[in-house]
Amino acid sequence: MSDVIEVDARRLLCPMPVIRLQDCINQQPAGAIVRITCTDPGTMSDIPAWCRINGHSVVSSDQQQDEFIFLVRKDSDG
Amino acid sequence: MTRKAVALISGGLDSLLAARLIQQQGVEVEGINFFTGFCVEGHTHAIRNRDRKREKRNNALWVAEQLGIKLHIIDIVEEYKDVVINPKHGYGANLNPCLDCKIFMVGKAHEWVKQHDFDFIITGEVIGQRPKSQLKRFMPVVASQSGADDLLLRPLCALNLAPTRPELEGWVEREQMLDFSGRSRKPQMALAAQFGFEDYAQPAGGCCFLTDQSYSVKLQDLWDNRGRREYELDDIMLLKVGRHIRPSKAFKLIIAREEGETRFLSGYKRQFQTIKTVSHAGPLTLVEGEQLDPEQLQLACAITARFSQGRDAESVELRFSDREQDSRNLQVKPLRAEQIDPQWVIA
Repeated sequence: MSDVIEVDARRLLCPMPVIRLQDCINQQPAGAIVRITCTDPGTMSDIPAWCRINGHSVVSSDQQQDEFIFLVRKDSDG
Repeated sequence: MTRKAVALISGGLDSLLAARLIQQQGVEVEGINFFTGFCVEGHTHAIRNRDRKREKRNNALWVAEQLGIKLHIIDIVEEYKDVVINPKHGYGANLNPCLDCKIFMVGKAHEWVKQHDFDFIITGEVIGQRPKSQLKRFMPVVASQSGADDLLLRPLCALNLAPTRPELEGWVEREQMLDFSGRSRKPQMALAAQFGFEDYAQPAGGCCFLTDQSYSVKLQDLWDNRGRREYELDDIMLLKVGRHIRPSKAFKLIIAREEGETRFLSGYKRQFQTIKTVSHAGPLTLVEGEQLDPEQLQLACAITARFSQGRDAESVELRFSDREQDSRNLQVKPLRAEQIDPQWVIA
């Protein structure tokens, strides 16, 4: 997991966390793994939805106190 | 050859229907959604406790999923400032620069189309549905001033407008386009039923805070008191939250109305002077302005105490913090309701 790219989206409200994830993913090659940490509960629905429609995978999602942490794999180059 | 169109997706019903209509023509559609900072979507739902109980979803993402299309969400906060501050076509009923906004967004979509080798742009606009930006006489203005010209197709009302290039070139069949007009939502609801869409958002003008009178008053107050028309993202976020009370030109109080807002405002403790009740349950208050002098601090605390559980107490203890650096406790007598000058309240 040493190549995981970190995105800090704490304190940002939707859709900013999704935009941060999108902008990061767009710069990565297929197969890249991004971990995004959020505090907006809306990301629980928005990040999986964004991944589904854009052809990427949520490898894991976890809630630790007030933080929501997603591990996302870039599956599509489109 | 499969043609490609980008659809402006607001998350409402009209853009959903327009995109589906074009998909049915065999056109490959992708969505684009612009984040201006003034969007009602998401933010306020996340902030207030009463809204936290609602199902949380971003309607633009949801629409894209219903359509099975990709959605590109684009941050235009910085560029959009000029649209809000200097609208060439003026404002609507409030500080909503709807016509300039539409021109700007279609222009951005046109740039995107050129960069990504797409063929044309579609929107869910309907003639006469909204004042100004969707009046028939302004539709050509949007097309020309955005630079999109005849690459802008409005499928829901195309039959009321001159044919566009996608229609003339046969990329779509003009006969399959529609002739909706006016404020009635019935044709859209019938078409939604025909397409099998049962669950959809009903914003119809309610997707932007700038159309809200109370919000616009707060933005104008911000500009008036700073002596210049400018803003940062945090400014316009904070205008969405709390009671805004300005007892003097020197400072404004942003007082949380409930727990969710207190949690949200807590994120600004390092940037603002703050006041929080100690002896009674109560709100967190942000103080926007210069360093408070002792008299101003007493007043700010007495106002905050007014909105706490200690409003009827003889004395309320509060904690004042200056950007989390210097803190001290104070005792005040809460203001009575009639002591709060209605002119202080910005709404």
